[in-house]
Amino acid sequence: MLSQVMVEANIVTIRKLSKVYQQGDINVTALNQISLDIRAGEFLTLMGPSGSGKSTLLHIIAGIDRPTGGECHVQGVDVTRLNESELADWRNQNVGFVFQTFNLIPVLTAYENVELPLLLTRLNRQQRRHQVNTALELVGLGDRSHHLPRQLSGGQEQRVAIARALVTSPSLVVADEPTGNLDSQSAHDVLGILQTLSQTADKTVIMVTHDPKAAAFGSRTIHLEKGELTN
Amino acid sequence: MALPLTYNVRNVLVRWRATLATILGIALVVAVYVSVQAMATGLEKSSTNTGDPRNVMIVRKGSTAESSSQVTREQFKLINYLPQIARDSKNQPLISADVVVLINLPRRGDGGEANVLLRGISPVGIALRPQVTLVEGRWFTPGKREVVVSRRLAARFANFEVGDKFKTGGKELTVTGIMDGNNTAFDSEIWMDADESRSLFDRENYSSLLLRVLDAAASQTLIARIESDKRLPLHALSEVDYYKSQTKTAVPIKFLGDFLATAMSIGAIFAAMNTMYASVGARTREIGTLRVLGYRRRSILASFLIEGAFLAFIGGLLGCLFSLFINGYSIGTMSFQSWSETVFSFRITPWLAVKGLIFSVIVGIVGSLLPAIRAARLPVIAALKSV
Ligand SMILES: Nc1ncnc2c1ncn2[C@@H]1O[C@H](COP(=O)(O)OP(=O)(O)O)[C@@H](O)[C@H]1O
Ligand SMILES: [Mg+2]
Repeated sequence: MLSQVMVEANIVTIRKLSKVYQQGDINVTALNQISLDIRAGEFLTLMGPSGSGKSTLLHIIAGIDRPTGGECHVQGVDVTRLNESELADWRNQNVGFVFQTFNLIPVLTAYENVELPLLLTRLNRQQRRHQVNTALELVGLGDRSHHLPRQLSGGQEQRVAIARALVTSPSLVVADEPTGNLDSQSAHDVLGILQTLSQTADKTVIMVTHDPKAAAFGSRTIHLEKGELTN
Repeated sequence: MALPLTYNVRNVLVRWRATLATILGIALVVAVYVSVQAMATGLEKSSTNTGDPRNVMIVRKGSTAESSSQVTREQFKLINYLPQIARDSKNQPLISADVVVLINLPRRGDGGEANVLLRGISPVGIALRPQVTLVEGRWFTPGKREVVVSRRLAARFANFEVGDKFKTGGKELTVTGIMDGNNTAFDSEIWMDADESRSLFDRENYSSLLLRVLDAAASQTLIARIESDKRLPLHALSEVDYYKSQTKTAVPIKFLGDFLATAMSIGAIFAAMNTMYASVGARTREIGTLRVLGYRRRSILASFLIEGAFLAFIGGLLGCLFSLFINGYSIGTMSFQSWSETVFSFRITPWLAVKGLIFSVIVGIVGSLLPAIRAARLPVIAALKSV
């Protein structure tokens, strides 16, 4: 009974999660037996020095990377046990990913970039248009849908990327240093959007950041050091 | 689910500077392929255009071409009486005995020489070949050393204007007219009076007979009659069939076309491969991003194959466009059947263009196969970290 309650309240449950890279004779431990629970609707920020394993942890939670040990349940699904195709579908339906470098497709317009994840769903063109426009309006770029990435500012690009992360209505949004390449005003806008998502749209947001001011937007901060949680 | 095609189209267009050389290379290969095949097609067409289904051709048994055939005057007389032959208003049988002679003549300009087919022909023979029209001057007068040359030969040989004289075998011939064979084998002939040509070239016999039959049934009866007659060492066949068999010269040209295209396509495949590898390399992080969004390896693979095929298709279209410039352009070559100059036009058929396009798409797909596999195999994390 206890575990059931735990699963319902926690969107992410991590137990003894490890990631060890083998480089010849040397083992590089990126994550060392981490256990962590993340509650639904939380805006969790992940801090720590460079190389402490933040990205690695985020990638495993998002189903992009695989641990070498331990478990990672997201919404009751052990993502470490899904095969590659299952993982691809799972990512498409359950996680939105925001990159430090935006990673928009340069030849596609804002609208087309946001539509990309929806092309993998069963939605028809009209339904897709509705969702794309809703997502773009949510990030305040309803009027920029036909612009190419290079016609947008960095802050606008990152907001398009957030719209792309949201468009499939995932319950989990992960962001790896999303403000790392932005000026302070744009960073403020982006952080505000992520905060709104967790507070009013009931999304769980996990964000890696270096910046304590950025971390202040979150509802909880955890610290990683040499692959271990320190608080 | 696949990535949208616009994604591939725009990637090719955006990178046009890098892809232009490859596109032009593929265009060149396709242009060469289509042109050489158009040459073979034109050559075949000039033969297959020629026959008239109402006519029957008679040559010596065992001869594959008129120029190596002989029909004696006795045989000609015998055939004359066959009842299947149509007759004119004066009740004369519509049959012509032709003499075919190869003469060596100087070309225009370069001072080179080539064999030309000279046909000694009777007025009936001209009537039996209504494709041929006189376009300049007048027909030759029987009993005189006068010739009518085809317009296409006139463009290629010296002294072939109306009023010009040229020598062959020490005798002088005068050009009185220019004829147009309307894309038939007669575009490669000189015509003169049959009897005059026999005396001029000292020929006892004729080369071939051409006759008009009453109807299709008569044609079959006549052919069967001649083929079964052991005393007549002659071979009869419909004029259409005869000219159909005269397309062997096109075979090595087709082979040459296939060979050139295959050899050149290897270069084009490597060019496409190079371009697509560069494209995959430049878009590594993009590929990682697509995978994060949920696109599978095989979508990535398909996308790059489609992109390579599209790129090559543009090249193919350009190549077809280039080759259109030579469509209809007339060209001469030595025929392996008549051993004389054969003049014909390049002929690009829609099917030939389609084959060229299919060819280009195959080049594109083969060339992008390895780059596409590399793209599909990229590990997501490593791809995301690339700059
Ligand atoms: N492919 C790899 N091979 C070996 N070591 C790696 C690889 N990727 C990451 N690491 C190591 O794992 C550790 C954690 O990396 P990462 O999660 O990217 O750190 P952070 O995001 O906190 O800067 C680092 O020490 C890094 O060098
Ligand atoms: Mg990192």
